[in-house]
Amino acid sequence: MENIYDVAIIGGGVVGGMIARKLSSFKLDICILEKESDVAMGATRANSAIVHAGFDAKEGSLKALLNVRGSEMMENVARELGVKYKRNGSLVIGFSDEDRIALNALCERGIKNGVKGVRVVERDELKALEPNISDNALCALYAPTGAIICPYELTIASIGNAMDNGASLLLDFAVESIRREGDYYEITSGDRCVKARYVINAAGLYSDEIARMVGDDSFTVHARRGEYILLDRECGEIARHTIFRVPSKMGKGILVSPTVDGNLILGPTSEDIGDRDDKQVTRHGLDKVIKEAGENLSVRVPINKSITSFCGLRAVGSTGDFIINSNVENFVNVAGIESPGLSSAPAIAEYVAEMLSDMGLELIPNEKFNPIRAPKHAFREASLEEKNEYIKRDSAYGRIICRCETVSEGEILDAIRSNPPARTVDAVKRRTRSGMGRCQGGFCGTYVMELIAKETGVPFESVTKSGKNSTMVVGKTKEN
Amino acid sequence: MTRELTCIICPRGCAMKIELDESGKFISVSGNLCPRGKKYAENECTNPMRTLTTTAKCSDGSVVAVRSEGAIPKGKLFEAMSTVNSIVVPLPVSVGDVILDDFYGTKLIATANKG
Amino acid sequence: MENRKIVIIGGGPAGMSAAIAAYESGERDILILERDAALGGILQQCIHNGFGLHRFGEELSGPEYAWRYEKKVRELEIEFKLNTMVLDITPDKVITATSAQDGLVQIKAEAIILAMGCRERPRGALNIPGERPAGIYSAGMAQKLVNMMGYMPGKNVVILGSGDIGLIMARRMTLEGAKVHAVCELMPYSGGLARNIEQCLNDFGIPLKLSHTVTKIHGKERLEGVTISRVDENRRPIEGSEEYIPCDTLLLSVGLIPENELTKSAGLSLSGVTSGAEVDQYRQTEKAGVFSCGNVLHVHDLVDFVSEEAEIAGKSAAAFVNGGLEQNTDIKINTDGKIRYTVPQRITAKGDVSVYFRVGNIYRNSKITVKDGERVILSKKKEKLAPGEMECVKLTAAEIGDATALSFSIEEA
Repeated sequence: MENIYDVAIIGGGVVGGMIARKLSSFKLDICILEKESDVAMGATRANSAIVHAGFDAKEGSLKALLNVRGSEMMENVARELGVKYKRNGSLVIGFSDEDRIALNALCERGIKNGVKGVRVVERDELKALEPNISDNALCALYAPTGAIICPYELTIASIGNAMDNGASLLLDFAVESIRREGDYYEITSGDRCVKARYVINAAGLYSDEIARMVGDDSFTVHARRGEYILLDRECGEIARHTIFRVPSKMGKGILVSPTVDGNLILGPTSEDIGDRDDKQVTRHGLDKVIKEAGENLSVRVPINKSITSFCGLRAVGSTGDFIINSNVENFVNVAGIESPGLSSAPAIAEYVAEMLSDMGLELIPNEKFNPIRAPKHAFREASLEEKNEYIKRDSAYGRIICRCETVSEGEILDAIRSNPPARTVDAVKRRTRSGMGRCQGGFCGTYVMELIAKETGVPFESVTKSGKNSTMVVGKTKEN
Repeated sequence: MTRELTCIICPRGCAMKIELDESGKFISVSGNLCPRGKKYAENECTNPMRTLTTTAKCSDGSVVAVRSEGAIPKGKLFEAMSTVNSIVVPLPVSVGDVILDDFYGTKLIATANKG
Repeated sequence: MENRKIVIIGGGPAGMSAAIAAYESGERDILILERDAALGGILQQCIHNGFGLHRFGEELSGPEYAWRYEKKVRELEIEFKLNTMVLDITPDKVITATSAQDGLVQIKAEAIILAMGCRERPRGALNIPGERPAGIYSAGMAQKLVNMMGYMPGKNVVILGSGDIGLIMARRMTLEGAKVHAVCELMPYSGGLARNIEQCLNDFGIPLKLSHTVTKIHGKERLEGVTISRVDENRRPIEGSEEYIPCDTLLLSVGLIPENELTKSAGLSLSGVTSGAEVDQYRQTEKAGVFSCGNVLHVHDLVDFVSEEAEIAGKSAAAFVNGGLEQNTDIKINTDGKIRYTVPQRITAKGDVSVYFRVGNIYRNSKITVKDGERVILSKKKEKLAPGEMECVKLTAAEIGDATALSFSIEEA
């Protein structure tokens, strides 16, 4: 008999990934449909990497509910998945009396939302908490539960864990049509077709288009651009906390934050656009990031230490809140998951599982479910004894491929071999940091290409940077 | 008639000025710091020559670095490339091995070890 | 833990020269650690000619030049370990290295010679507006793809930066059938050697666009084109000067930077100008027994000078482990704003010294002046000084005399 999945999840971002993992803890046959060559390629790939404490969202909203819950769950989720997580705390700084009023209001909202430990701190305490804070900052809202995490590491790990527990992942599967056939849906992409009894629409920026395929036009989604600059690891200690400005209607302003990998991230800009595919960084945007990030600090931002700049697109829904509902039988929208979407993701997964159960999907615990994902061996961070252990077990860990980030061949092979398997240079980079350092892949790029080609049995020429037509070379020399 | 030319003989890269007669024949050169510059300037006006450095295909499908031992006519560089691209170098090969005995008036030699 | 007299980090031209010089000074306990699968370093992929004119009076290609040294290293049976990456050097000279064959090893060295070379600056592309499609490479990565692996990165090429590798790759890609549309240089002058502009660009009619930069990257999956713009004297793009060039490849050749992460882990401070350690005439760093030479010390334009410098370091390291180095003075070398830096930065023993330096701009009809206070030690006329070309002055022990500081300056002739 043809396979009919219990649940098909459209979209392999952090939301789809967390839902997949949650559902894989039940006796369900599930699949994840991702239009790109790897998971975590949309909004998940490029955002601020912050687990928000939960004081921003309006009390009573889904955002508020799921943010606070998700933020509480995140530490444990990260531990189970072997993902780096750091509760570094966040500061929203105020420069004026007007800002102070706004901060007090935020603080009250935080308390109502159930955020633990949130309070307004004055200048002296602020300076003690964050020595490099701008001398113009008068006070700040301090949220000790704010944290940082790597969103694509989290997503790769959750989808990997779901796959280890039996979920399927279909890449390069851009959904073109969804048709109801009896008691299941037929979802097609090119000549491929997937059948599933329940469909979860976690398609991010394209979730309104997906909903329309089943006749649901109850919402729309638009893109909000955000440009970022990432600084070298030697700059990671400039800020201890995630430093925000007082939020406006367009978001939380330009933040400065350390990342879990020890870099410093600056951004984002915020600009609503019509194009859902415009990830260009602009001169104007980067200048704004540099200027406003600088205003948050008393020290000069060493912009000459930037290692990359990028642009992310947030999927902003038309309702102002997360859109998690079902208007068509057995079809669930999980849309408009803008900030605090990353923070909320584990709670969203729980919420969606309950919805499915209410809709009649039987959730029988999968007793074989293993919530633990074997931690990836980051050679760079290991102690000498651990390094020795890795190399003894597999000599490939002794061969360093990426010199800037000290990434071994063992780690790269593991990224190619384990779930979800890396098939492109960028996919390897996201899993191992190979090529993410100072030389930006100048030394290691060709080695990574060779390993991908060898492991996956494709010719060297077919290896891509990021799927589709992003080939790295156009052919051999001497052949024209 | 004058012509300006950067000498390529050594990394110093002297900026030279060449005097030519009406027919384009070399008369004199200035700006060069050594006699090799004069010779280069003279050649450049009559028969410019270049060393070709490239790679050649090996019998295992890889490539190995090769070069013309001496200089070859500048106008023949692309033709020489076609010639190199049509050969297959048997392995193993060592630095200095002659790949082609007659290569536009000089030899084609291997400049790296392989196999 | 293994104990060694001299450990050399890096088996490129600097490391090999240093090893040979240390051997020829009588030291036999020498170990070279090389992270690549072969000796020779970056020279392996520099298949163009122009190496060795000073050393050998011949125009060799990179691999030929490297082979001369490798042959010697092999003949002398100097020990080297390939595929071995040094992870850390402690301030007390304990080296931690890893390799697939030996696993993690720790070596306590009496003297260390840092010879790790340099890497390309990736910065050029980082803040260019546009997306990040495939097809953007450092010139060095393209060089490796074409020369070592036999693959073409693309067929229609624009090169940003006129460093020597970029110029060399313009010719190389052209010879292999690609069309190189332009080389854009942000500065009003090229950082590459004049001869390379002549034989790599002019020979093939490739335009060198000075005071130009890439202002936009087009294409989502693979590069489809770039917009280039003229820049003003402050290096800001001039509006209205944009020109679109369709291309599938953008090569970046925006300069080289010494690879000094290990130097930092050894507790050494780096010069803000060279990004390398500061050394005396022995090429000894601030830490006794730690030497630095070649492109890890400062970026050279000619490998011949790398070898020369590495020989000094090798010889000095051998002397250091066999009785010590004589240090009987302390002369600091100061520079005016026109000279960016000198190597060495200080002199610690009496004797003849060659001082290498680089200027920060183009100076015509000027003179190099070396003074001890008001006493002019040397004054040398130069028709042209350029940032792309390293200069050298030789000072004798007599000229230096009892100076406690030397000042180097560029003055109008």
